[in-house]
Amino acid sequence: MLRFFAAAVAAAAFGASSLALAEKAPDVAAVVKNYADIAQAAYADSLAEARKLKIAVDKLIAEPTDANLKAARQAWIAARVPYMQTEAFRFGNAIVDGWEGKVNSWPLDEGLIDYVSPEYGNESPANDLYVANVIANTSIKIAGEEVDTSKITKELLADKLQEAGGVESNVATGYHAIEFLLWGQDLNGTGPGAGNRPATDYDVKNCSNGHCERRAQYLRTATDLLVDNLAWMTAQWGPEGAARKAVMADDGKAGLVAIFKALGSLSYGEMAGERMKLGLLIHDPEEEHDCFSDNTHNSHYYDAKGMQNVYLGTYKRIDGSVVEGPSPSDLVRAKSSETDARTRAAIDETMNRMSAIVKRAGAGEAYDQMIGEGNAEGNAIVDAAIKALVAQAKEFERDIAALDLKAIEFEGSNSLDSPEKVKSEK
Amino acid sequence: MSSKLKSGLRLALLVLPGLVAIAAMGLVLSARLGQATPTTEPAHAEGEESPGGTATTQESIKTRDAFSHFSHGIGFAGEGRFKIGNAIFRKLWVSAPSSTKSSDGLGPLYNSRSCQSCHFKDGRGHPPKANFPDDTAESMFLRLSIPPETAEQRRQLADHRLNSIDEPTYGGQLQDVAIQGHDGEGHMHITYDEVPVTLGDGTTVKLRKPTYTITDLKYGALHLKTLMSPRVAPQMIGLGLIEAIPEKQIRAHADPDDKDGDGISGRTNEVWSLADDRVVLGRFGWKAGVPSIRQQAASAFAGDMGLSTPLVHKSAGDCTAAQSFCLNAPNGDSERDGNVEVGSTLFDLVVFYAQNLAVPPRRNFADPAVQHGKTLFDALGCQSCHAPSFTTGTVKGQPQLSNQRIWPYTDLLLHDMGEGLADNRPEGMADGQEWRTAPLWGIGLTETVSGHTFFLHDGRARNVEEAILWHGGEAQASRDGYAALSKAEREALHSFVNSL
Repeated sequence: MLRFFAAAVAAAAFGASSLALAEKAPDVAAVVKNYADIAQAAYADSLAEARKLKIAVDKLIAEPTDANLKAARQAWIAARVPYMQTEAFRFGNAIVDGWEGKVNSWPLDEGLIDYVSPEYGNESPANDLYVANVIANTSIKIAGEEVDTSKITKELLADKLQEAGGVESNVATGYHAIEFLLWGQDLNGTGPGAGNRPATDYDVKNCSNGHCERRAQYLRTATDLLVDNLAWMTAQWGPEGAARKAVMADDGKAGLVAIFKALGSLSYGEMAGERMKLGLLIHDPEEEHDCFSDNTHNSHYYDAKGMQNVYLGTYKRIDGSVVEGPSPSDLVRAKSSETDARTRAAIDETMNRMSAIVKRAGAGEAYDQMIGEGNAEGNAIVDAAIKALVAQAKEFERDIAALDLKAIEFEGSNSLDSPEKVKSEK
Repeated sequence: MSSKLKSGLRLALLVLPGLVAIAAMGLVLSARLGQATPTTEPAHAEGEESPGGTATTQESIKTRDAFSHFSHGIGFAGEGRFKIGNAIFRKLWVSAPSSTKSSDGLGPLYNSRSCQSCHFKDGRGHPPKANFPDDTAESMFLRLSIPPETAEQRRQLADHRLNSIDEPTYGGQLQDVAIQGHDGEGHMHITYDEVPVTLGDGTTVKLRKPTYTITDLKYGALHLKTLMSPRVAPQMIGLGLIEAIPEKQIRAHADPDDKDGDGISGRTNEVWSLADDRVVLGRFGWKAGVPSIRQQAASAFAGDMGLSTPLVHKSAGDCTAAQSFCLNAPNGDSERDGNVEVGSTLFDLVVFYAQNLAVPPRRNFADPAVQHGKTLFDALGCQSCHAPSFTTGTVKGQPQLSNQRIWPYTDLLLHDMGEGLADNRPEGMADGQEWRTAPLWGIGLTETVSGHTFFLHDGRARNVEEAILWHGGEAQASRDGYAALSKAEREALHSFVNSL
């Protein structure tokens, strides 16, 4: 199988006709196994980077210097690289979907966690905890009940504060909570600049903005939780892991449906829609995925990269080694080389458009400025990426048709393929 | 399904109310027999396990997100629109003027800064745990009106142009919050009296009877004849499917003069459609006072958040002429958004979102206790109003909502529910004792999604049993039949309701 795969890649690379290969599609189970291997590697990388972040955070807390704050921020940005590539495993794997909110919830009402600018307002009837400021308070009220916050523990953050009162923007854990604790609020609107939290926010001897010890404890705890959560998810994709078993069910057919469902949903609804189009519609700098750090360009880029990894069945790890094997692309090509070629072209186009966003950010214009009102050029660059993602989703839809996955997806629903069953009782 | 038994029983209940307990025991017996011996009835009706037809979600319904999934079969493009709509649904609006023109215009008076903060997790709201200031009413408010006083007001009601006449100072509802520098209108205050009810087997159930007043009135006294109606935010699932039921099917259930003599009338509410500029069937809201999701959303934007939309151009929301500060405050209307605060692009996306919140599949529908409960539900006549099933028509551009056999368990009609539940505040054709039959689909997941089981229009019922026992008026016989059941049978009925 592996030898065949190498041949397929070579053939594709040289643009050779795949007619001969078309008869030798890899089996679905092998494709899904490779998919699970990539998931395992990408979550393991995310875990390794989170552990490095933990070391940097501990160092910052021990010695709250500007250099150590900068190093912790760099570690956070590095930690996002493998993690964002794992987003391609959302929207199809129930285990990932049920867990994801703990590590990547967004947007968040940062006033729940720490001090915020007075401009933030002090009352949001929509959210009692809008300015609860857990770091500054040893007791807060959640949905009419007093909660003891004197000790900042994993349990407090994960079980009491996360989505407290049923409000999704009460985000107490995960990358974005840590991001806020490292950068602070971005008060620049659609002007240049990210959050500008001083290192002295963690200096117990020369404490800025008060409660430095509790702030340090919060940051430490949130980072520990991130490590715990990523370790758990990595194990789910291990040899005996539940996520791996779930996708391998029915000889991998369940996994194949999950793969394409996720690719389409992430491309269109999540990325093109919620994360990008909305911000462009309302030109609101708050509609930025990594809003404190101004790292949104990378966040979007690696999200798209994760989809490319999954479709092509290859993942470059942070140590430079490559995990690869039979791919969804091979399966599609075996059915129709044209369909596969179109999909790969659409993915390439998305990557080019995402690179353009990264390039523009590198030149000094952050993503929240690109979506700003009146920035025609920036708006156009983001819009082009949105269009590419939409086009890519349409190709995934064609792939689903080519692989005849609709029938599997709708298995168990009663009337789609038999409208005669839909009759009125009255 | 054994319609002869049912109608015979109903007759007995109506003619001889004193024999309710005996009749109920008879049906209990027959239900027991039905369980013991095979009958010709199908164990369950075809498709009832998917109450939203093929639009029923296939995603996980084990978490608080059980009501937040999109219609199955919506496609990637539909998912895209749904997700942007969801983000707008969650969006916190700010007061005007602000640097983000598309996000401002909140208030001046409002109940909430976002849709989601009342419709937590797209589930139903609840009464506050305590009166202000110990807790705030996040997902519940009071509607306000007065009886008509002028010929013009009477004419507007008669023509169905209006459902009610706003209270002259405070408008159509009490907004407890205002933008910075101004006062909210006041706070809803609830006191509960515990009322014991004894069931047939001697069990005592306590119902809590609420009384509503308003404290901290900031804009002067209320009109002396003010009528108040408390409302919790309803759950959001299956709305597009309900909207897609052909009017004819709903009207076919109506029996305003009880011509069939079953004690159940069932009246339609006839309300003004802003989009069509004519009178149409009302189907949304606790009294079916609203004809469409668009109009419901536009009314909520205006009344609950003080935001203007293409359908309701009220930038100052529910401000009245008596609240001049409010009318004079800056608004968020912008030319780019068509001179409203929520322009047509965002508004359409929110409406699409509301149309496509999926109904969850049934749980344990084949469980013998659930099946037993279903038999009891039918035998007690619950389904006379909680009509199990309809078939939707064609929704342009939305095949996932079209031609679906659905199971909402409501006839969408108005019924006299007795004095106990009455708000004594008419709304359109609905009088002070009438309420629209509430859909039952998804009810069993209320605890999972919303973390509570408060039911009815004001959340007074703390569980399914209390909700049933509050039923009066046309539902009195069914309620009495329920009260006469044994504990095991009541539990079977609950398990059926909770499987919906």
